[in-house]
Amino acid sequence: MLNYAWLILFFPAAGALINTFWGRRLGHRNAAIFANAAVLASFLMAVALFFGVRALPETAHRTFELPLWDWITIGDFRIEMALLIDPLSTVMALVVTGVGFIIHLYAATYMKLDDEHQPLDAARYARFFVYVNFFILMMLILVLGNNYIALYLGWEGVGLASYLLIGFWFHRPSAADAGKKAFIVNRVGDFGMGLAIMWLFFLFGKEAGSLAYHDIFAALEGASPAAISALTGVTLLLLLAATGKSAQIPLFVWLPDAMEGPTPVSALIHAATMVTAGVYMIARSHPLFQLAPGTMSAVAWIGALTALMAASIALVQTDLKRILAYSTISQLGYMFLAVGVGAYVAGIFHLVTHAFFKALLFLAAGSVMHALHGELNIDKMGGLKDKMPLTYRQFLVGAAALAGFPLLSGFWSKDEILFGAFQHSKLLYLVGLFTALLTAFYAFRAVFRAFHGRPRDEHLFDHAQEQPDGMVKPLWVLVVGSLLAGFLGLPQAFGAHINLMESWLEPVFEGVHVPEGSLGLVLALFVVSALVGLIGIYIAYARYVQNSGWAQSLQRSFAPLQPVLENKYWVDEIYLAVIVNPLRRLAHFFYGFGDQTIIDGIVNGVGRVTTTIGAGVARLQSGYLSFYALSLFIGAVAILAYFLLVG
Amino acid sequence: MDNSGSILLSLIIWIPFLGALILLFLHSDRRLKQVALGTTLVDFLVSLLLLVRWQPTGEMQFQEFFAWVPRFGINYHLGVDGISLFLVLLTTLLGPIVILFSWNNIRENLKAYLVLMLAQQAAMLGVFLALDLVLFFVFWEFTLIPMYFLIGRWGGRNRIYAALKFFLYTMAGSALMLVVIFLLYFRAGSFDWLELRQASLDPGLQTIAFLAFALAFAIKVPLFPFHTWLPDAHVQAPTAGSVILAGVLLKMGTYGYLRFCLPLFPDATHRFVPWIAGLAIIGIIYGALVALVQKDVKSLVAYSSIAHLGFVMLGVASLNQQGLSGAVLQSINHGLSTGALFLMVGMIYDRRHTRLLSEFGGLWKQIPVFSAFFVVVVMASVGLPGLNGFIGEFTILVGAFQANRLWAVLGTLGVILAAWYLLTAVRGMLHGPLDNPENQKLTDLSRREIWVLAPLVILFFLIGLFPNLFFDKINPSVDLLIRDVQGPALALLLP
Repeated sequence: MLNYAWLILFFPAAGALINTFWGRRLGHRNAAIFANAAVLASFLMAVALFFGVRALPETAHRTFELPLWDWITIGDFRIEMALLIDPLSTVMALVVTGVGFIIHLYAATYMKLDDEHQPLDAARYARFFVYVNFFILMMLILVLGNNYIALYLGWEGVGLASYLLIGFWFHRPSAADAGKKAFIVNRVGDFGMGLAIMWLFFLFGKEAGSLAYHDIFAALEGASPAAISALTGVTLLLLLAATGKSAQIPLFVWLPDAMEGPTPVSALIHAATMVTAGVYMIARSHPLFQLAPGTMSAVAWIGALTALMAASIALVQTDLKRILAYSTISQLGYMFLAVGVGAYVAGIFHLVTHAFFKALLFLAAGSVMHALHGELNIDKMGGLKDKMPLTYRQFLVGAAALAGFPLLSGFWSKDEILFGAFQHSKLLYLVGLFTALLTAFYAFRAVFRAFHGRPRDEHLFDHAQEQPDGMVKPLWVLVVGSLLAGFLGLPQAFGAHINLMESWLEPVFEGVHVPEGSLGLVLALFVVSALVGLIGIYIAYARYVQNSGWAQSLQRSFAPLQPVLENKYWVDEIYLAVIVNPLRRLAHFFYGFGDQTIIDGIVNGVGRVTTTIGAGVARLQSGYLSFYALSLFIGAVAILAYFLLVG
Repeated sequence: MDNSGSILLSLIIWIPFLGALILLFLHSDRRLKQVALGTTLVDFLVSLLLLVRWQPTGEMQFQEFFAWVPRFGINYHLGVDGISLFLVLLTTLLGPIVILFSWNNIRENLKAYLVLMLAQQAAMLGVFLALDLVLFFVFWEFTLIPMYFLIGRWGGRNRIYAALKFFLYTMAGSALMLVVIFLLYFRAGSFDWLELRQASLDPGLQTIAFLAFALAFAIKVPLFPFHTWLPDAHVQAPTAGSVILAGVLLKMGTYGYLRFCLPLFPDATHRFVPWIAGLAIIGIIYGALVALVQKDVKSLVAYSSIAHLGFVMLGVASLNQQGLSGAVLQSINHGLSTGALFLMVGMIYDRRHTRLLSEFGGLWKQIPVFSAFFVVVVMASVGLPGLNGFIGEFTILVGAFQANRLWAVLGTLGVILAAWYLLTAVRGMLHGPLDNPENQKLTDLSRREIWVLAPLVILFFLIGLFPNLFFDKINPSVDLLIRDVQGPALALLLP
């Protein structure tokens, strides 16, 4: 079975190619069928790989490598195109293809209308599926590649898919700009990735002539102390790459703008899968990070601060998708916090649960958006729960899971992270806990503002209605996931082997020890987080449903912060003023002064002088030929002179 | 060796010349085009025989030798190795492509145009295949003449200035080279590359010779600050001329370093290599930044060439396997992807008679096939993994990292900037609202235009996914080159 693992890539590749060449002629229905079937087949293959890996002996770390072909060979730089099938990559492949398939299903209906609510023509409909199939392909290469160059291929490939999909409504300048911004900001991260790979090859890869994970990690043993200390630099560069792809401080600025893409794209790429690539990459590279404690602290702190910052911005956003975007940045921050404190399993666990509930939230938001003809401002909503009861329930489950409502999926995974942080540093724990309070509040602010109360825009409300089955039904799968996925990772303290996630991933993270707490400590932290989540929900309830006085005065006491948050801490403006504009000014200076004034000034001057001389030497000829003659003449004289004087 | 005694290389060089001669006797436009296209296609097919009969060695093969001017030891000596092989194939591939491109858009003096194109091709092939310095120089100089007329006759508004600048700049470089070629003959007794490679020249001579050659090649590449002829020439040249300029002519410069400067003057190479790397890096960043603020998309592409060629020269300067093999491949990549960019800019120019970014916007809605091609070409140029540009760029940077970490860091900055300026072009042309009425009348790519682009795009993927098809042939020659360059330096380390 595992020998056919390449099929998992083949299906989405075939789907993308079919729709590239024949999509226009296939028509809406067939284009969607091909694209969906491709991802479904890929998902079934991922399930097969899961069982294949399970059957592998634990002694070999449950790892299987499938070489495909020799990719790049120059001297000792030998890169293979090969797949790595192990517990971690199968989890990722299952999430990517599983959630990916649900989103494809939803998109088959959603994408029939364009951004102005007009029917979308078959060519562009098919093109959408080309892009998303291509995305699935690249994401699978990213998680299944066995070496850093294959990772890089997937890494930039998903970036391209993201660029194309953010700019899918390219006639809107905001969408076009957002796509470009996403690609360029990610390139800044990729700068780190590229250099890190070169450095890794230089330090650990030359011996084996390889950049395969197992060769690099094997070379860590017995490496010189200098090489080990250089790992701090390498891992910081990898961290830079991760902050780009996973939208963390300092490179998070592209993700909120990425909401310009069609909503299924926001759900798939900018919430459930692609943006988790940074978390996956750090988890995959954990042997390197474990040896660089300084970087590990940086990862944890970047995660914690990003979580806090993004959650605080989410408090005041009024655009439903932007709330979810900042929420995604914040939740990714939790995952960084997890891997930063060495709780890799918790990080991957949260990645899985988050994929369910965030995809659910986005798709439900997409249903709302369609029902309101593109309106996303929660100030104009209200009362939708009666109009769209099914969507309401779906969104509610997603929000509750996000808010850490007890026993839902997000509760378990966030708690495992907070527990890891608590063991590591009480301060990190407190930041995480406070962020959890904000999270519960903003999640339910969205619920109450959109679905409860009286409609604030009668016209919109009158036209709102439940969306077709094609968009409603697939979400129930995500609802089940959001409700139950948490039981994959019950705390170890509850009993041996009760944490399925831990047991499954153990062969990958062997040798990383997360201190286990006593049952009492675990339960105590549970109670604290449950309370914090419920308090957050209650405050939102008091403020937006009951509209009680104390909640209003609470909000007023934070009024001075309002402009800071509404302007998102002015980060975009700062980057523009400090980096982008100075570079553009430098470019204008180079072009105008450097090229046109200095260099061409000299060149034209010399040209005029020689033309004059040339004209003098041979009046009958035009300037350039005389110059040629002159050069040959000077050359001949020089040779003669040389031999007379030297020779 | 099996393939010695073959006349394949002569055929490759002289078929286009022969075709040009035949054209002189034809009159109907249609017949002229057919013969020109047929000639270049035959030349391409003949050049593919090189692959068929290739020997897995790094040495010169398919050598041809006969005395030309025996009195002065000037010989007609041809040969090809892994460093020149793909440059030859690139040249013969671009030949039919640019003729097919020019099918309908040359309206005046078609015969002269086609004759010059074929002559140009023959001369460039001669440059890549000559192993005798005089023969090389003759071909080298000859490449100037057709291009001078192509720019000056069929070029844009400012064509006379551009043509003269192109001519004078490159002449200035090659004049010194000619002097040094004679100097080498008098000091080392030969014009022959194979013999000069064996001779160990004294360091003083090496320095003079290196500098003279390096100047000629630096202008051709072009390295900063010798680059200002390039934007003018590229922008003013007719599309086919720009494609040949960027695709092949610039590679004569990088090829010159690899063929002559490095193996013949190794001591001087070691001495000057930091300077070359420095100029290469300045070129990468300077070229990219200047490209960023261009209003004319053709000059944007022209400046991007300076940045891309900077990468090639950075690979040359790293003097190790990855850097050098990467440089050889990247010069091919640049020819393919920048060639394709110029072709596409030409296609849009033929329709709209403007190239200003501000005139466009929203084209994706009107001409989706063009747009899809354009994005693929841009991504190849951006260096997206899976396509050709990445393989060249990344291996060059791996090489540079081993030579000097700082070089790699600065070079990698160029990778960010490349995305910036190229996506600015995409944003300006394809994205945004389609609000200019002129653009609402545009027609999408014709079947002929798709045929022009398809071979290039297929090669993007072929090189990106299976670069070893190319490295297999490049690497052995690069290994020999490294032996030539490192020889004296290693000898110093011996007791």
